[in-house]
Amino acid sequence: MPKITLTVNGRAVSTEVEGRTLLVELLRENLRLTGTHVGCDTSQCGCCVVHVNGKAVKACTMLALQAEGARVVTIEGLAPDGAPLHPMQEAFRQNHGLQCGFCTPGMIMTAIDLVNREGNDLDDSTIREGLEGNLCRCTGYQNIVKSIAAGARAMKGKKRPAAA
Amino acid sequence: MHTLPDRLEDQAPHTVRKPVAHDSAARHVAGSAAYVDDMPEPAGTLHLAPGGSSVAAGKIRKLDLEAVKRAPDVIAVLTAKDIPGHNNIGAIVPDEPLFASDEVRFHGQPIFAVVAESYLAARKAAKLAKIQIAAARAVITVDDALAAKSKLLDDYDFINGDAAAEIAVSAHRIKGVLRIGGQEHFYLEGQAALAIPGENGEMHIHSSTQHPSEVQHIVAHLLQVKLAAVTVEVRRMGGAFGGKESQATQWAAMAALAAHVTKRACKIRLDRDDDMAMTGKRHDFRADYEIGFDGEGRIRAYDVQLAARCGHSVDLSPGVVDRAMFHADNAYYLPVSAIRSKRLKTNTVSNTAFRGFGGPQGMMAIERAIDAIAWKLKLDPLDVRLNNLYGAGRDTTPYGMQIKDNVLPELIAELARTSGYRTRRKEIAAWNKGSEFLKRGIALTPVKFGISFTVPHLNQAGALVHVYRDGSVHLNHGGTEMGQGLFVKIAQVVAEEFGLSLERVKITATNTGKVPNTSPTAASAGSDINGMAARNAAATIRGRLAEFAAKHCGVAVERISFRDDKVFADNRAMPFEEIVEAAYRARVPLSSTGFYATPNIDFDRERKNGRPFFYFAYGAACSEVVIDTLTGEMKIERVDLLHDVGRSLNPGIDIGQIEGGFVQGAGWLTSEELVYDKNGRLTTHAPSTYKIPTAFDVPEDFRVSLFKNSNREDTIWRSKAVGEPPLMLAISVFAAIADAIHSIAPGKPVPLDAPATPEAILRAVDAVRVQ
Repeated sequence: MPKITLTVNGRAVSTEVEGRTLLVELLRENLRLTGTHVGCDTSQCGCCVVHVNGKAVKACTMLALQAEGARVVTIEGLAPDGAPLHPMQEAFRQNHGLQCGFCTPGMIMTAIDLVNREGNDLDDSTIREGLEGNLCRCTGYQNIVKSIAAGARAMKGKKRPAAA
Repeated sequence: MHTLPDRLEDQAPHTVRKPVAHDSAARHVAGSAAYVDDMPEPAGTLHLAPGGSSVAAGKIRKLDLEAVKRAPDVIAVLTAKDIPGHNNIGAIVPDEPLFASDEVRFHGQPIFAVVAESYLAARKAAKLAKIQIAAARAVITVDDALAAKSKLLDDYDFINGDAAAEIAVSAHRIKGVLRIGGQEHFYLEGQAALAIPGENGEMHIHSSTQHPSEVQHIVAHLLQVKLAAVTVEVRRMGGAFGGKESQATQWAAMAALAAHVTKRACKIRLDRDDDMAMTGKRHDFRADYEIGFDGEGRIRAYDVQLAARCGHSVDLSPGVVDRAMFHADNAYYLPVSAIRSKRLKTNTVSNTAFRGFGGPQGMMAIERAIDAIAWKLKLDPLDVRLNNLYGAGRDTTPYGMQIKDNVLPELIAELARTSGYRTRRKEIAAWNKGSEFLKRGIALTPVKFGISFTVPHLNQAGALVHVYRDGSVHLNHGGTEMGQGLFVKIAQVVAEEFGLSLERVKITATNTGKVPNTSPTAASAGSDINGMAARNAAATIRGRLAEFAAKHCGVAVERISFRDDKVFADNRAMPFEEIVEAAYRARVPLSSTGFYATPNIDFDRERKNGRPFFYFAYGAACSEVVIDTLTGEMKIERVDLLHDVGRSLNPGIDIGQIEGGFVQGAGWLTSEELVYDKNGRLTTHAPSTYKIPTAFDVPEDFRVSLFKNSNREDTIWRSKAVGEPPLMLAISVFAAIADAIHSIAPGKPVPLDAPATPEAILRAVDAVRVQ
């Protein structure tokens, strides 16, 4: 089996994977980072979004081998080992931006990527368009949109987490 | 039963009625809230993949699983022959096998399951089966079933007076048909279970289920062990919406059977396509109605036949179709009525519970009839709705229940004012005159939804509360958490009872070993019944502590109070944990169960009369849409919701339920379309073709308010159930689309069926143009 080396949440990881192993499988099964969820298996729901070299990627669409040498950040990497929550995480918590919570990690990773691309002052339609690839079945998105706007503002001037 | 003093209701509470965050919010956002598939697996855990039928109806001639068994990493292949007990997963009627063994009754019906060392190995092996099935003629649609008189259950009707005669003598009458599509739950977490075998036939199952007691029951019968040998646990689900009430059982049972056969822990997680093909959905209906009314649009008689596609087995269809009948009136008084139902058997997956449980379909029919009246009489549909609301002397439902808590006249008046409905209707009419291709529409529709299980014995709940020596509280009850915020609401109730901060109350996973014989978390009743049971348990312990503290401090028990994490004896304050420790040393029991049975409900299904519901939840919605008459595209422009949750236990959670329910309902009625091909294969079995709403489908202008009300019944903190009722607020979207189409040819009926996809809108536009 091929061997890959990459950084996950700031830690060097070196492991063997099958050629067909998906990045999400590497994260969930090999590394036990189960905050990245599998919702639809076909890269539409966005529950599996992680950051690869600072960009949002659906981890069920990418082979683990494609992440060779990459910096991967998962939801667990935003506030590692009891560190305070990332402002975007805190915004979702405070604004009822979740119900069942299954889509939440992917939503947050997409939201942070959106802020990185579009800045800290996001209007409603930019947020909604940015969420096109993330499905939520519980909330009706209202509180998610509210959370992201609040989280984006709270991220202003804050240093990105070390892992990213 | 412990009687509850009324004292708390009028005090200013500290914890209930506050918009506190979901109990798991901090872990949800950190990715540390574990769902079944996230839990650490015991060493040697095996994985399952089901294999299903490739035809919708037929006899299995040959089942060749040799290649499956020889595939790499396969440990076992399960079929009906491996089941020691009953090959049944049917909850109400034992008519649905875990594995089809002779006859197949729908496309995708499980016939076998592979148990392998890995998920992928199991799924790959499942493809190697060689199954010969002699196909039979399949009954797929409602119309197929009506034509073939294919019935699953007996027809059931509520008949009040002679509707046909009354319609015949009415000043006006309309006859119509409305087809209402089904709906896939699309919970983001698919069906999942982990079964761990124990000693002496014991089985511990982590299941993503709304009904752990039913999983326990079915597994015990399947494995031929006593119920006491099977423990089912569920900490949380990643959404359910009714889709894990009965439908979770099959997968938990399959994992349990695998664990029984292999003596190893076994896990199943359905791939999304399998999940969509193999699990039941909202029932699709065909409603044939005839309505007689006067010149003001006041209904004299309503005759409706609600024909439901139930699928191949009974599942929960009796209750679903009954509830459609119970809501065939929605909010309107029907002086004379014939509410008829047909429960049709089809070669499709067995349809099941889905938020609203038939109620939405029953309401859709009468709301269409109301619109049809308005179109015919050229009245504002809102006026027709107002003219027909229940009121004084017009307050008995078709099933004989008197409506005593109706708030719709005030609620609708408030919403009509705050939404500016009347002015906007005029503006829209003027705008439409000047717009050739784009047409706007507006509608304001009400909801009245009955709260209680219509199966009387399900209206009970149990709880278990422990107080530990450090003053921490362990809370357990029969309700399950699927994201709706039940656990935090019940924790708020218990914290309030003890005068403790919420953090002191430890929420624990639902477990059949702690609270037995539970009802499903369904019918919106979760916080109503479990909240009361938990409060009763806490009140018992609180009573004992108060008695002890009174003696301990030498004051009368009436002088003891609990607040701010302290126990007060007159003005002397003692930390809660000090009294607890002293009580422990004085040998006071610090654990209690609690029980609750909903009072004052009695419905006699034979006599078709009584009070099936403890109370009603009310709401209304005003939606505005714009359609493109050339493409059928539709956009929701603005939504105003006003909803009655009594005195909310947690307004933050409740508003989330209202918004989420509405959007889910809007998806059902607009973009979500289940398409079966003529062979009964579901062709929309993934989110690529089955479209639930995205953030972009929800209007930016979305205004949600809680109606100021208190439950007149003695419910937990005078709150009302909130899970299902808001879904039906989305009927306003469907009615607004019909209104937009109606503007093309005023006075003509709009033949729009649900879901109002762009194609359906275009068909209806074309139809009114050529009429």
